[in-house]
Amino acid sequence: MRLTAVTFLPAVGALVLLLVPRRVVSVFKVGGLVVTLVTLLLSVPLYVGFDGRVGDFQFEEIRPWMPSFGISYRLGVDGISLLLVLLTTFLTPVALASAWHAIEDRWKEFVVTMLILETGMLGVFVSLDLFLFYVFWEAMLIPMYFVIGVWGGANRIYAAIKFVLYTMVGSVLMLVAILMLYAQHGAATGTYTFDLLTLTRWVVPPGLAQDLMFLAFALAFAIKVPLFPFHTWLPDAHVEAPTAGSVILAGVLLKMGTYGFLRFCLPLFPDASLVFGPLMVALAVIGIVYGAWVSIVQPDMKKLVAYSSVSHLGFVMLGIFTLTPQGLVGGVLQMVNHGLSTGALFLLVGMIYERRHTRLIADFGGLWSVVPAFSALFLVVVLSSLGLPGLNGFVGEFLVLVGAFQTNPWLAALATSGIIFAAVYLLWLYQRVIFGAVTHEANRGLRDLSPREWALLAPIVVLIVWIGVYPTAFTGKTEATIEALIAQVQAKANVQRISLGPPTVAPGLRTPME
Amino acid sequence: MIDLVAPPVLLGPLLPTLLVLGAGALVLLLDLLPGAQGKEFFGAVALAGIVGALLATLTRWGKPGRAFHDMVVLDNFALFVNVVVCYAAALVLLLSVGYLRRTRAESGEYYALVLFATAGMMLLAAAGDLVVLFLALELMSLSLYVLAGLFTQALASSEASMKYFILGAFASSFMLYGIALMYGATGTTNLDRIAAAAAGRSHDPLFVIGMGLLLVGFGFKTSSVPFHMWAPDVYQGAPTSVTALIATGSKAAAFAALIRVLVVALRGAQPDWTALLWVVAALTMTVGNVAAIAQSNLKRMLAYSSIAHAGYMLVGLVAGGMGGAGAVLFYLLTYTFTTAGAFGVLTLCERARAEAVEVGDYAGLAERHPVLASALALFLLSLIGVPPLAGFMGKFYVFGAAVRAGYPWLTVVAVLNSALAAYYYLRVVVYMYMREPEGAPIAYAPSFAGALALAVALVGIVALGIVPAPFVDLAQAAVAPLVR
Repeated sequence: MRLTAVTFLPAVGALVLLLVPRRVVSVFKVGGLVVTLVTLLLSVPLYVGFDGRVGDFQFEEIRPWMPSFGISYRLGVDGISLLLVLLTTFLTPVALASAWHAIEDRWKEFVVTMLILETGMLGVFVSLDLFLFYVFWEAMLIPMYFVIGVWGGANRIYAAIKFVLYTMVGSVLMLVAILMLYAQHGAATGTYTFDLLTLTRWVVPPGLAQDLMFLAFALAFAIKVPLFPFHTWLPDAHVEAPTAGSVILAGVLLKMGTYGFLRFCLPLFPDASLVFGPLMVALAVIGIVYGAWVSIVQPDMKKLVAYSSVSHLGFVMLGIFTLTPQGLVGGVLQMVNHGLSTGALFLLVGMIYERRHTRLIADFGGLWSVVPAFSALFLVVVLSSLGLPGLNGFVGEFLVLVGAFQTNPWLAALATSGIIFAAVYLLWLYQRVIFGAVTHEANRGLRDLSPREWALLAPIVVLIVWIGVYPTAFTGKTEATIEALIAQVQAKANVQRISLGPPTVAPGLRTPME
Repeated sequence: MIDLVAPPVLLGPLLPTLLVLGAGALVLLLDLLPGAQGKEFFGAVALAGIVGALLATLTRWGKPGRAFHDMVVLDNFALFVNVVVCYAAALVLLLSVGYLRRTRAESGEYYALVLFATAGMMLLAAAGDLVVLFLALELMSLSLYVLAGLFTQALASSEASMKYFILGAFASSFMLYGIALMYGATGTTNLDRIAAAAAGRSHDPLFVIGMGLLLVGFGFKTSSVPFHMWAPDVYQGAPTSVTALIATGSKAAAFAALIRVLVVALRGAQPDWTALLWVVAALTMTVGNVAAIAQSNLKRMLAYSSIAHAGYMLVGLVAGGMGGAGAVLFYLLTYTFTTAGAFGVLTLCERARAEAVEVGDYAGLAERHPVLASALALFLLSLIGVPPLAGFMGKFYVFGAAVRAGYPWLTVVAVLNSALAAYYYLRVVVYMYMREPEGAPIAYAPSFAGALALAVALVGIVALGIVPAPFVDLAQAAVAPLVR
């Protein structure tokens, strides 16, 4: 019941708040925060109670839902989804609190939408039934659409529609693939089921059908990540969304894409994953370099951070498709890292925007003398994002690159250049905004961080340092899961090879680290 | 001397239909009495007739009956459709009371005609013979032609009525000709006996042409491409409450009859009609959705959307078998709840003393009437097929059946269409939630009956979305004896 409680508590809170008259704004501000904080508190025991030595799903719950179609309500977390659940429960209260002054009207609707969104996101990470997963995956689109479209910037409607249409095209094709998998498994084994664990135990026959199913899943996830060249919705959505929306979008929603590759594409379609792995790696590396280059030239801070996400998520994808333990662990850790540092960057940009109502880099300069505390925290976050050793970003990127060098040194070298470009765009951004003399009179009177803003950023900075210094606290929960995943992919790919012809070691697969 | 033996008259299987017809006749009689009763009273009588029919339907569940030499077959399939039709009629009646008062179109005939049309729909679902099928179809259609022209002062309403009548009469005559040829080919109009007679010689030209003409007639009634042209004009011009009935009840009944004809009478020719319907389904979905994008009038948009939904249901028919037909039956249920609800919101809104039907009229509805706006938003989301609402479950089962039956590419066409559809449904949401009103603000005409109708529809789409299993199982069980 623990996972059900964590997942549905926000939705229950939303239903209760719906009954409160909309005039009393403070009820919604405080109520939303309380509900999300209680959700966070409920999720901490999951971390403590999770046994990192075992790669299996834990805290499982299973109940029949539509038995005649083999659909059940099945929840569980493993070392991958555990971290993402925690990231979600951590970032949602932060996002809500960031909106304290930024959102001016329709607080009731805002809080209700954010709470439903949280339930949707958590549901995606804990579902172990393909149907249930799809329900959460699609349901979560609509609240995000409202967050962008109602509380967003000037061009919000265009951005919101683009976000929904892009995502929907990907996910409906995934629905067809889910149904095909269901039909094929049923025809082959006689049991028609959407249960993920049953389906993963079955070996999907390699060939065109598996390739098509893989591609349909991969398209849905690649759009969400976003993997180059499916990223064009992202700058619009990020820039137009309110700060709270950007934090959730970058912090959690993008992770659903990479999570989907880990949870579904690799174990269900190992053969196709190997076939298309090089393509995915190539797209990831293009995204790393391209995202970084485009970031360098952005005049708008928020857009710069948005494009940097394309680059950072490229590292996650690279790590996943190296199919090495280091790469995968690094990829998972990098998902968390990106959620924290990019989330924090959006918060900081939002804070400065609330004060000056502009995000153009050219409108700033010399902020260190005006807002030293802001500048100091900004520095920590920038350094974390560009991967300074001792902070979180370094660990994740390092592991990913270790994995990548084992499989394809040339692409890995190219990806490494992404880290250098990241230093270029982030440090240059920092230099233009913070250093030098104050160039605009309007900047002289800026207030430094308020206690509320400190309270938002301090926990993120603590985590940034914690992961940087002692990553084992988090990777320790994941490693067993990753090893099990790799073993599973390897075993299934071998079975297929034996049944097809002479057994050869798949080029993408190396033995796990000793 | 020849002994004249009167055939046994079993009225039991006709009971639900007779209750509705009786209520209709009663309304007509009461209307003749000089006097005091308000027109709301007729609404109450009509509603009582529908509720009675619904109860009669529920008590007969699981007890199939046949009457008049198998001309009327009241099996679970017909009963399931009766529930859908009665629900649609009840909702329309609840919405009509306030709507007719506002538009000053109250009359006794209105309620009587709604009841006659409903009786036609119920009979259509229970028709075991092509002749009864034709009679029921005409009973339903003639009533609806008149209802569409209810606003005698409005040009659009008269145009709708005229267009509906002329094109409908064409379609009926095609159908009748098809029935005649079918009779010529098989020597019977009974669905079961047609199947038996046609077994093994499904390529008899008479039979094939008859089947084609029959399908043309059904194509018209279900508004499938290329026989969909009437729908936008009629939906737009007819009074909104009548549009709701045309979009839900008449479509559900026509689909029910189509299912019965296809899986019972034309069983032997399945490969032929499957190939035909594959193309029709793909065309219907695509034309409906693409045309809907360009509409700014909500009734017209919903007309094209209902064409698109007919396409999704045809996908289920292509899939065939118990899975496919059962999924279509369940889809009818979800579609009726959702569409009736969406039209219901339209009947409750007005702007500057006129009906609010342009998408621009709905700008800022969320600010002024948040509950109404969220209701319409939920109906639209259900039409898109966003989980966990009814519309998603309907699509899920239909598409699931199609994939299982080996039509993944048709399913791909269908899901891409539903992604496309998100654009125009969400545009309404954009207006309600994300734009400021220009000019006179939209007003809500409060009506207890209307609010009740919307509440029922909302509960329906949420309940069907979260616990669809019992209803799907019922639908599957209902088609099982047909499919065999």
